[in-house]
Amino acid sequence: MDVLVILIPVSLLLGGLGLAGFFWTLRKGQYDDPEGDARRILNPDYDDAPAARDDDPR
Amino acid sequence: MSALADAPRTAPQDNAGQGRILLSLPGIHCAGCISRIERDLGDHPGVQSARVNLTLKRASVDAAPGVTAAQLIDRLERLGFEAHELDPGILSRGASARQERDLLLRIGVSGFAMMNVMILSIAVWAGAEDATRDLFHLISAAIAIPTVGYAGQPFFRSALGALQGRRLNMDGPIALALILTVAISLYETLQSGAHAYFEAVLMLTFFLLVGRYLDHRARALARSAAQELAALEVPRALRLQGGAQAEVPVAELAAGDLVLVHPGAGVPVDGEVTEGRSEIDRSLLTGETLPVVAGAGARLSAGEVNLTGPLTMRVTAAGRDSSLHRMADLVAAAESARNRYTTLAERAARAYAPTIPLLSLGAFIAWMYVSGGDLRLSVNVAVATLIITCPCALGLAVPAVVTAASGRLFRKGLLIKDGTALERLAGVDTVVFDKTGTLTMGTPVPDNLDTHPEDALRVALALADASAHPLARALAAALRARGLTPASVDDLREAPGYGVEGHWQGMPVRLGRAGWVGAEHAATTGAYLGLGDETRSFTFTDALRPGAEEVVAALRDQGKAVWLISGDVAPAVEAMARRLGIENWCAGALPRDKAARIEALQAEGGRVLMVGDGLNDTVALSAAHVSISPASALDAARASSDMVLLGRDIAPVADAVRIAEASVRRIRENFWQSGVYNAVFVPIALLGWCTPLWAALAMSLSSITVTLNALRLR
Repeated sequence: MDVLVILIPVSLLLGGLGLAGFFWTLRKGQYDDPEGDARRILNPDYDDAPAARDDDPR
Repeated sequence: MSALADAPRTAPQDNAGQGRILLSLPGIHCAGCISRIERDLGDHPGVQSARVNLTLKRASVDAAPGVTAAQLIDRLERLGFEAHELDPGILSRGASARQERDLLLRIGVSGFAMMNVMILSIAVWAGAEDATRDLFHLISAAIAIPTVGYAGQPFFRSALGALQGRRLNMDGPIALALILTVAISLYETLQSGAHAYFEAVLMLTFFLLVGRYLDHRARALARSAAQELAALEVPRALRLQGGAQAEVPVAELAAGDLVLVHPGAGVPVDGEVTEGRSEIDRSLLTGETLPVVAGAGARLSAGEVNLTGPLTMRVTAAGRDSSLHRMADLVAAAESARNRYTTLAERAARAYAPTIPLLSLGAFIAWMYVSGGDLRLSVNVAVATLIITCPCALGLAVPAVVTAASGRLFRKGLLIKDGTALERLAGVDTVVFDKTGTLTMGTPVPDNLDTHPEDALRVALALADASAHPLARALAAALRARGLTPASVDDLREAPGYGVEGHWQGMPVRLGRAGWVGAEHAATTGAYLGLGDETRSFTFTDALRPGAEEVVAALRDQGKAVWLISGDVAPAVEAMARRLGIENWCAGALPRDKAARIEALQAEGGRVLMVGDGLNDTVALSAAHVSISPASALDAARASSDMVLLGRDIAPVADAVRIAEASVRRIRENFWQSGVYNAVFVPIALLGWCTPLWAALAMSLSSITVTLNALRLR
């Protein structure tokens, strides 16, 4: 059962990473327009300069 | 707000020194729309960037100060997209957006904590024993206790608020369950017990937060929709003071002030004409389609539209005494009856909230008696009962369905402004339509162009082009659509209140009222052309709103009684009723008559859906069980209706009724589902057989089935 000493911190760390990732997506406004983002990928134009919208979600 | 009031139609300035314009685009639906709109708006001079949000059906445009929303709206209309301006001041991050983000954070924290604790719990369920089990329970406790403390705050706060008001809401039992479960689990862990409910308590928090979030989102969307539409028009007036004009808010006007009303502008207050001659469109107030002549001494009411000539008027009533305000009082009286509606969720909560603590208290006492005073065992059973009965699925039952339904309605172009509107709409058995502006576009279309020679049509086009009168504009548009070019007419001159005159090939020509041109007055709405001594008449009908025929047919198929109640004259209303196949109609109705008719229908046990747009409909809209108005309606009408139709097409009204009925059916199904699940698991919990594994399984299973059932909504 010594392996637990490694596995439990590792699992907690991975969970924490996921949570941090979620915070990051939330802060970047990635849930503001889920439908539009899903369709934009079908758009043939290449967006050279995607708008920075970090502190202004709308 | 003051900055907004100063420049309602141009872009307000923000810190970066540029304007942000927000547009509502009800018609967009695909990737092609996004790129076409963004590219087109980007091409407009002065526009720095444009970004479309498909979920909210909005575009936000960063532009130089000179760019106005009206220019962009014109551009989009040419491209084939309908657009309305929104007020960015109200939409910017308010308390509601912060709350939404806060809820999302709590969902995230509880979700990730739940996953980690679940991994540890599976090891315990699989048979971890002794020191390993205690270690896993301890780590779970270390994760779960701070998580519940943070993520459970909305429930604790709401329960506390309710208790202080000596009420019991749904959050009371929830908060009790969270605290008791954490406490007993911690105690069991410290005593090296076999069962700890940490994963169950986190799961409960997570699912309830999801329900709370959906509920909040639906409400916030509805609220912002109502606000952004209400913010469209700021009522303003041009006051004449010592020969100078000043634009002032209507609220600042007092009786006796002189106000100038330009052609095409709305009449801002009640008053009397002192100077000028023009025609007045009263259709929004009374439903009449024919303009009325107004000269010196004529009385005007707020809400009417001045058509042809400039008018100066003396204010006779402003503020509380105005006809608008009297209408608002009637509306308030009619509304108080409707606010008594209790939703299905409220009724369920009222029956359910006291049951949960009582049941678990009963289990506790019974087990104390049976086990001969074994406190630990009794508390364990009581907590298991509390977890099982906690309204996890119940918390999702309504919000999941409402979210799915309002999403579907939004895609069809209907905005729900009131949280209970969907449920009220489901019970409707009678639908009352207004005529002008609701079933019709409120814009006339000429219907006898083929009976006139081309020369006459070309002269008429030249004359009509010189006027802003709605009939002249409609005539010009229809003639141009036939590919005609205007004849060369000299000396064009508009006679306000009468028509336009000029000379064509040396002959005097006139387009306007029958008496002025010297023609016989026809039975319907008309404009008259005089060519020398010869006269010709153009007759008009009101253009049907797209989808009007379909909506009436669909509602009749659904077995609803359809009524047409209008303030217009009887022949026009009868013709419209016959054309659409509506059997029940009534004409010449005043605002009070409309409301009285609806109240009579409701007194007979009917539930009435009112669809209307004018000021004369506002009382009826608030008196009805539920109401819908088009986005083109007046502020007052939109404010007193429960739903707003964003597009031009009225057909979604029939879909809305169908979807509302389906969603109430789903809500009931969901209640039944949670009921059945409780009936199965509560005895298990009461008998003391409910292990944490069972609690977790039952809880997630019922939540998932309830959500799936909601998504079935088509």
